[in-house]
Amino acid sequence: MLYAILCYHDEDFVGSWSKEHDADVMQKLTVVQEQLAKQGRLGPVARLLPTTAATTLRKDDPPLVLDGPFAETKEQLLGFYIVDCKNLDEVLDVARDLGKANPGGTYEIRPVGVFHPGGARP
Amino acid sequence: MTDTAWIDAALTSARPQAVGALLRYFRNLDTAEEAFQNACLRALKSWPQNGPPRDPAAWLIMVGRNVAIDEVRRNKKQEPLPDDDQAISDLGDAEDEIAERLDGSHYRDDILRLLFICCHKDLPATQQIALALRIVSGLTVKQIARAFLVSEAAMEQRITRAKARVAAALLPFETPGAVERSERLASVAAMIYLIFNEGYSASGDTAEIRSPLCEEAIRLARLLLRLFQSEPEIMGLTALLLLQHARAAARFDADGQVILLDDQDRGLWNQKLIAEGLALIDKAMRHRRSGPYQVQAAIAALHARAETPEDTDWAQIDLLYGALELMQPSPVVTLNRAVAVSKVRGPEAALEMIEPLAPRLSNYFHYFGVRGAFLMQLGRNDEARIAFDRAIALANTTAEAAHIRMHIDRLMRDSQPRDKKAK
Repeated sequence: MLYAILCYHDEDFVGSWSKEHDADVMQKLTVVQEQLAKQGRLGPVARLLPTTAATTLRKDDPPLVLDGPFAETKEQLLGFYIVDCKNLDEVLDVARDLGKANPGGTYEIRPVGVFHPGGARP
Repeated sequence: MTDTAWIDAALTSARPQAVGALLRYFRNLDTAEEAFQNACLRALKSWPQNGPPRDPAAWLIMVGRNVAIDEVRRNKKQEPLPDDDQAISDLGDAEDEIAERLDGSHYRDDILRLLFICCHKDLPATQQIALALRIVSGLTVKQIARAFLVSEAAMEQRITRAKARVAAALLPFETPGAVERSERLASVAAMIYLIFNEGYSASGDTAEIRSPLCEEAIRLARLLLRLFQSEPEIMGLTALLLLQHARAAARFDADGQVILLDDQDRGLWNQKLIAEGLALIDKAMRHRRSGPYQVQAAIAALHARAETPEDTDWAQIDLLYGALELMQPSPVVTLNRAVAVSKVRGPEAALEMIEPLAPRLSNYFHYFGVRGAFLMQLGRNDEARIAFDRAIALANTTAEAAHIRMHIDRLMRDSQPRDKKAK
């Protein structure tokens, strides 16, 4: 069984870490990740850029593009995609296509800052 | 994380919101700051034992307010304060309640007000910056003095003077209307840009010391953007700062000499900051409400997207500078545009473009540096030499002067006209 582990924290707080502390945390995480990777149990790992860089697409008809991160407490995170796009317009097109296939709900679009593809297979 | 590191980060991140709210209660900057300081002292005692509160800012506001009110009472009656733990024992429930009441829009205006009072129009730019770094960012006077390369005593005096001036002015406590809010936003954005420039314009030997100013400006810009998520100019400002700062590691050589964009090792550019900057400028452009920060960020984005200097889309940069000239007519903008023009249409056209700027830029280092470079490209070496000499006389830093001297050395070595295509 594959599990997704989704990371939540106070962004202001994490943003107030010193560079050294941030690097230290990333280093400690890498140790844990490397162990899992050696066992072939690690899938993609991503660190997202700040929510200020986020855009949200409400899958209404027509779809509505909003600035900022997803902020609705009535909807729950049900899955995610990682796609390679040139710019925001291109990723919004992808999101619209996905939205046509599965209307209703919301996609939050977040640029990825750090990405390791990993190699785990179910 | 060590015991106190997480507390430091929590206090720093809660500061603008907490001091902003306390200022709204007390309507006095000194009282608000003192209340926040007291709340921090209690946090240092209480948090290591009880763990972090769910909403640190709400906790600090609550405690800061209570301590200050107790203080007032104590001064009246000269009665001893209740024990610390007792005073804040029932905070758990109160915290929920206060967090509930202080909704996002309240915080938003609190923080904006706090930033806005620092950019009072009577304060010179350096005082605005110093005040913002002290009050909003919570840097110590020592840290600020170091960044400004002045003594601690001088900086202390500068901040005290700025505070007195702000206190004497009418502080804007009414909830701002839409127009007022956007005016405040523009002043605050300008001040954040000043903070950034203070760090960015540092020369090589002081760049290391001053780069925290750039990082702080970025932190404030992100904060502002979180509060005003749909403002394209705030997206543009944040993108601009990120894209500029992304080049920090490549801007100076080991001796602290400036390395021009064309000669920078692009492998040293911070790709994470670039990615964030590009994402933001993409977002901003979708609004189709252009502004100076967005245009400047778009120019920086074109540089950031170019894998080699030759890949740079100079024609597009020329157009963007043209747009910026219309929005913010300034000889400096035209001078920058001329650099793009020299790449697209050659140094002759560029030289022609900057000729009319001479009277207004007769004391501007970069004017003579750029002019000298164009003349050199045209093989007019004697005139280039005169322009470079003038630039050296006007240089603000040793690094600037050294950079021009490098050009002169090149002229001396090689009196041949330079091939326009070679960089």
